[in-house]
Amino acid sequence: MEIASTWLLLAGFAAASLVAVAAFVRLRRHGHVEQDESANLLAAFEDPLLVVRDRRVLIANQAARDLLGAHIEGSDVRLAIRHPAAAEHLAGGDDGEERVRIELVGLGELGRPWEMIVSPLPDGSRLVRLVDQSQVRAAEQMRVDFVANASHELRTPLATLIGFIETLQDEAAVDPATRQRFVGIMAGEALRMRDLLDDLMSLSRIEAERFAAPRATVDLRPLILGVCEDLQPLAGDRKIRFERGSGEALVSGDAGQLAQMLNNLVVNALKYGRAGTPVRIRLKDAGPDLISLSVIDKGEGIAADHIPRLTERFYRVDPGRSRQVGGTGLGLAIVKHIVLRHRGRLEIKSKLGEGTRVEVTLPRAAPAVT
Amino acid sequence: MKSNFWPHWLKRSELAGAESPAGGLGAELDTLRGSICEMGGLAEAAIREAMEALVRRDAEAAAGVVRRDKKIDALETEIERRAVEIIGRCAPAGDDLRDAVAALKIAGVVERIGDYAKNIAKRVPSVEDSRMRPLSLLPEMARIAAEMVHDVLDAFAARDARKAAAVVERDAAVDDFYNSIFRSLLTHMMENPHNITPATHLLFVARSLERIGDHATNVAEMVYFAATGEYLADRAKGADTTAIGAGELGR
Repeated sequence: MEIASTWLLLAGFAAASLVAVAAFVRLRRHGHVEQDESANLLAAFEDPLLVVRDRRVLIANQAARDLLGAHIEGSDVRLAIRHPAAAEHLAGGDDGEERVRIELVGLGELGRPWEMIVSPLPDGSRLVRLVDQSQVRAAEQMRVDFVANASHELRTPLATLIGFIETLQDEAAVDPATRQRFVGIMAGEALRMRDLLDDLMSLSRIEAERFAAPRATVDLRPLILGVCEDLQPLAGDRKIRFERGSGEALVSGDAGQLAQMLNNLVVNALKYGRAGTPVRIRLKDAGPDLISLSVIDKGEGIAADHIPRLTERFYRVDPGRSRQVGGTGLGLAIVKHIVLRHRGRLEIKSKLGEGTRVEVTLPRAAPAVT
Repeated sequence: MKSNFWPHWLKRSELAGAESPAGGLGAELDTLRGSICEMGGLAEAAIREAMEALVRRDAEAAAGVVRRDKKIDALETEIERRAVEIIGRCAPAGDDLRDAVAALKIAGVVERIGDYAKNIAKRVPSVEDSRMRPLSLLPEMARIAAEMVHDVLDAFAARDARKAAAVVERDAAVDDFYNSIFRSLLTHMMENPHNITPATHLLFVARSLERIGDHATNVAEMVYFAATGEYLADRAKGADTTAIGAGELGR
């Protein structure tokens, strides 16, 4: 109170009368003086909330200030929410006593969906509540996309199969050599469908176990050597080089899934790396509790805007090329989910024209009791 | 001990400026800025809807974008009138003058952004009957350009100079997209003469998006100036992607 009294002495009547005028103006404008209490009440809500009157934001709770910026309290409401649909209801004249719900897109980040609920208050101001819809939408979108993509992915090889079968049914039109070639293509397409179904099933299996952390202790070094050996025939004259770090590489994990993860990464590196260049697998320490496993190729690399989307199901940088090398479009999605289940981190770095490095960081297993 | 004597709302300069009897100019500038945001919101929506219409070949939605552009034009006229009136009547100085002049200039640029969105919408019927799919790159380019517009308007509303400067940096990405789309459309045209008409339209769409990016950059520079009173240092031009590719291969 000392500060206030000093201040009062210094400022004297001038300050007191200013406060009186301001308080009077405030009383006349807002009709009540419980604004502080309302603000305290609104602060307790997690949804962004605003109280708006005469186009001006009277109160914005913390969530609203975080979303729309600290500047919005006291400013024109259109500075806070500039969405055309919202502007109509907030800046426009009287809407009556009806509660209004509007879908808004792009508050905060571009494309983020919200529902805005405007409720008139007894004193003539309006309470604006914003409800985040992004998770609801994302879940809906994912389901729609997944069904559409999966059926699309299966339909392409199926259409090829049916086409060739129809040709073969007309026996007279096909000579034995052509028939042989057709059967070869059909076998290829059938295998692709099988791969796709296998991948879809392992993806849903991994996802189902997502919250059950694997408990077995796995040594990564023999596991990597095993994968290298399995894949060498696929690599042809290209080398798969394993740079093992010193010390143990024990993680708690599921050996089958870790092998599948590494397999997918190395197969990708073989597919998209340049001919004649080696694929490197590097194991190294990443701190006392972490092990980092990298798969590095030299190739064309991936443009930066594709990288965030690489782990999406069926996302392909170049669909034609992926089909040609026999990808299902699920490889990295599977890797991502395996890493998630192992409480690890996945990082993809790429430079156009130079190559790509995929780094998986996994937590070490607790020291074994001997 | 902290004094509770003063009500907290009196300490907030924006509030005091807007609400006190002497704050007429502050309140008017605030309303002016509000109108610019409204206009910006319309322009943002126009870009989004025009691109959606293009991807879905929805001529009706496209016509709606063209119709709604009139609202943006009307707002621009209104803002211009009010800004000139404020400058003339209140003779603002310093920050306030910068605010008023920035409002005047930004309104003009946002109107241009709206025009480019309208221009994209107008091309939807011409692309509609062709069998060529709009390039997958175009929506991505549109996303970045729209994001620049979105962020620059956020920066404007918050007087956030740093956010404005960050928008300027993203213009190079839009230019890179433009170069890449340009080359790929050219390839389409050479492959098949039937592609020339739709590809040309798509090229103009890419051009419009590139211009939208440039205009967002201009607004960012004005926001930066209005917030700090200083000019933003010259930005690096978006490099030609072919040159980057060759350079990296050579290394």
